[in-house]
Amino acid sequence: MSEEFEPKITAFVCNWCTYAGADLAGTSRLKYASNMRVIKLPCTGRIDFMFLIRAFEQGADAVLVSGCHPGDCHYNEGNYYARRRWTVFRKLLNFLGIEEDRVQFSSVSAAEGRKWADLVNEVTGAVRKLGPFKGYKQLMEKSRFIQPVEAGK
Amino acid sequence: MSRIGVFVCHCGENIGRTVDCAKVAQAAAKFPGVVHAVDYKYMCSDPGQNLIKQAIREKKLTGVVVAACSPRMHEPTFRRAAAEAGLNPFLCEMANIREHVSWVHEDRAAATAKAIDHTRIMVEKARHDEPLFPVKVPVTKTALVIGGGIAGIQAALDIANGAQKVILVEKEPSIGGHMAQLSETFPTLDCSQCILTPRMVEVAAHPNIKLHTFSEIEESKGYIGNFEVKIRKKARSVDLKKCTGCGLCMEKCPVKNIKSEFECGLGARTAIYRPFPQAVPNKPVIDREHCLKFQKGTCGVCAKVCPVAAINYDDTDEIVTEKIGAIVLATGYRVMGTDLYGEYGYGKYPDVIDGLQFERLASASGPTDGNIVRPSDGKVPKKVVFLKCIGSRDNAHGITYCSKICCMYVAKHAMLYKHKVHDGQAYVFYMDIRAGGKNYDEFVRRAIEEDGAMYYRGRVSRIYEHGGKLIVKGVDTLSGLNVQIDADLVVLATAMQAQEGIEKLAQKLNVSYDEYNFFTEAHPKLRPVEANTAGIFLAGACQAPKDIPEAVAQAGGAAAKVLGLFSSDELEREPIIARVNENTCVACWYCYNVCPYGAIEKKEIKDKQGRTVRWVAHVNESVCAGCGLCNAICPSKSVELDGFDDGQSYAEIGALSE
Repeated sequence: MSEEFEPKITAFVCNWCTYAGADLAGTSRLKYASNMRVIKLPCTGRIDFMFLIRAFEQGADAVLVSGCHPGDCHYNEGNYYARRRWTVFRKLLNFLGIEEDRVQFSSVSAAEGRKWADLVNEVTGAVRKLGPFKGYKQLMEKSRFIQPVEAGK
Repeated sequence: MSRIGVFVCHCGENIGRTVDCAKVAQAAAKFPGVVHAVDYKYMCSDPGQNLIKQAIREKKLTGVVVAACSPRMHEPTFRRAAAEAGLNPFLCEMANIREHVSWVHEDRAAATAKAIDHTRIMVEKARHDEPLFPVKVPVTKTALVIGGGIAGIQAALDIANGAQKVILVEKEPSIGGHMAQLSETFPTLDCSQCILTPRMVEVAAHPNIKLHTFSEIEESKGYIGNFEVKIRKKARSVDLKKCTGCGLCMEKCPVKNIKSEFECGLGARTAIYRPFPQAVPNKPVIDREHCLKFQKGTCGVCAKVCPVAAINYDDTDEIVTEKIGAIVLATGYRVMGTDLYGEYGYGKYPDVIDGLQFERLASASGPTDGNIVRPSDGKVPKKVVFLKCIGSRDNAHGITYCSKICCMYVAKHAMLYKHKVHDGQAYVFYMDIRAGGKNYDEFVRRAIEEDGAMYYRGRVSRIYEHGGKLIVKGVDTLSGLNVQIDADLVVLATAMQAQEGIEKLAQKLNVSYDEYNFFTEAHPKLRPVEANTAGIFLAGACQAPKDIPEAVAQAGGAAAKVLGLFSSDELEREPIIARVNENTCVACWYCYNVCPYGAIEKKEIKDKQGRTVRWVAHVNESVCAGCGLCNAICPSKSVELDGFDDGQSYAEIGALSE
């Protein structure tokens, strides 16, 4: 391969902390890797972890989940549910054939533009080293009964 | 069939410099469901908005995606524009290609590719958007203020003067709170009662205020604009309507040696008593735990002497139910018990007292008529030692916060003492002097420079009695020397704490509280007077340690919020709320358990005969804050968050692959 691998990364972020933190990175004109695609939800507690699997199914090489810091959740405790869900979910990752490092969990506050920029660079760098994610496609081919759902109406 | 219009903004050069906006529009034109895609220099300008409005009308758009700045910036602008063109505003979405793309990336090709992806994601969302309509809820224009200290009094008066009804509930027999106990107030040294009691009287006389003293909150149901609160009016044993407050009963009551709560144990009261002479209502209450009639069935003197037959030994607790639109919590604070500080001898030595007790000693209406004397022998103390940060900022005793008012009131105490005992000497042991506030630092300087208070920066290790004196052993960390003072009186500035058992009230009202049981505000900076439960507001030291001006200011803020809420007959709120599919709900109550707001209710499904067939979850639209925790946790996928439902979310994810 002569061309460098460009990872595709999907970020699920909460509206109140991390999305605003990413906005701040923008207003501060901080430069970071362009591999992340951002999906905004009200709260990380809204994230059904099926979303993550679906993102891999759509060709993501890694997924980032980021919300408010513990104690700072706009909805008081949503990020705790996300964190708990994540600790359970990560155990499932290997079973699914997804390396644990392909899912990152973090907290970025609305004041942490710099942290967001660094985080994106860090995750992108790590995934670049891991290489493209092929596991899910292989899994899909093996188990025909799991069909990707056609999005759209 | 979706008919989506995509509008790509250059934001002058801000986006256009790094993102090829024309290319984004060309790509968007090919997305499924897109019937119209253009780029323009400034979408938020009038001509830009007109471009959108015109397209909505002419192309009969069913959805709009504006690829521009962050939705936090201009989403309201574009949603309003969409609404003006007759499109439901919630069918208008924004793709962030400025803050998340053009401002943070330099490579034009990569930035353009990302901008296209972000636009595709939002187009997919827009294709799955449903029209949403603001939720309207009626408002009961009566406020409940819980706590009749200065914060509650101020909030009640401000709301009542704003021509709205107020119900003020106070658990003690009189309103007034801690402020009624204070001698003089910093930094002006004006008499606390002189400024407070007129307000207490105003509360009692105000036509818009209904006062329930000696009462507590029993139960609360409902939500913003529509609470239903049960108030327990404890048996007072004195008929307030008949009683004239003549005081004959108190004069004749034979039980005279009960430690007065109001005097912090430094004075005595009778079994039938009013807490203090200026009490509002100025009518007594029978303390059944000490009354001979209730304890032994004897006596009955008060009933015999009462000229208006106001004494009612058969009085029972009464529950009144009130309909309420908003609640102001003003439950105040308590002073920390000093039993944790055995080394300072509080409770063991009568001349080691706390700050509130010193207030009573210095108060003209106090047990000593304002003469500062030792509780043990009534002698005037010539050396008084004040210890600050007793409990506060002390990890070892579990309180890390600063009680905020002690630096100021200790300076005041030192001054008051010097003003009354001219040949006396005040000593203060402190950790830091925190005197932020208008004329506050000047006030502390006066205590030190004009009234000669001796300030030592350091802690006291031990206090013990020797030869009728209290030997205070401490250290002055600035000089590095040990300090020993043979004091006559020691005053401990103990920490301000949340009221005992206040978490029970918090649970009844479903408001959150922190590790110290102080109520938590909705946002520490931008919503400091609102609890995180809609329709409940905070005033005073129930939220955090506060002095009088701050408590009053916050009470005014809370009152303004209440008046704002009451300014219309209906509330309108954003319809990002959860919805239950009753056909698939299996009543597992996961949603009920995770909801931080108590917005999920249990609803009965009945058959034609009125028999309960099954239960389902139901979302109270007025309470739901739209976090979506229920949506994520529901095992049968029966709860969906409008605006961020599963269909929309999976559609967005589906748009990730080209």
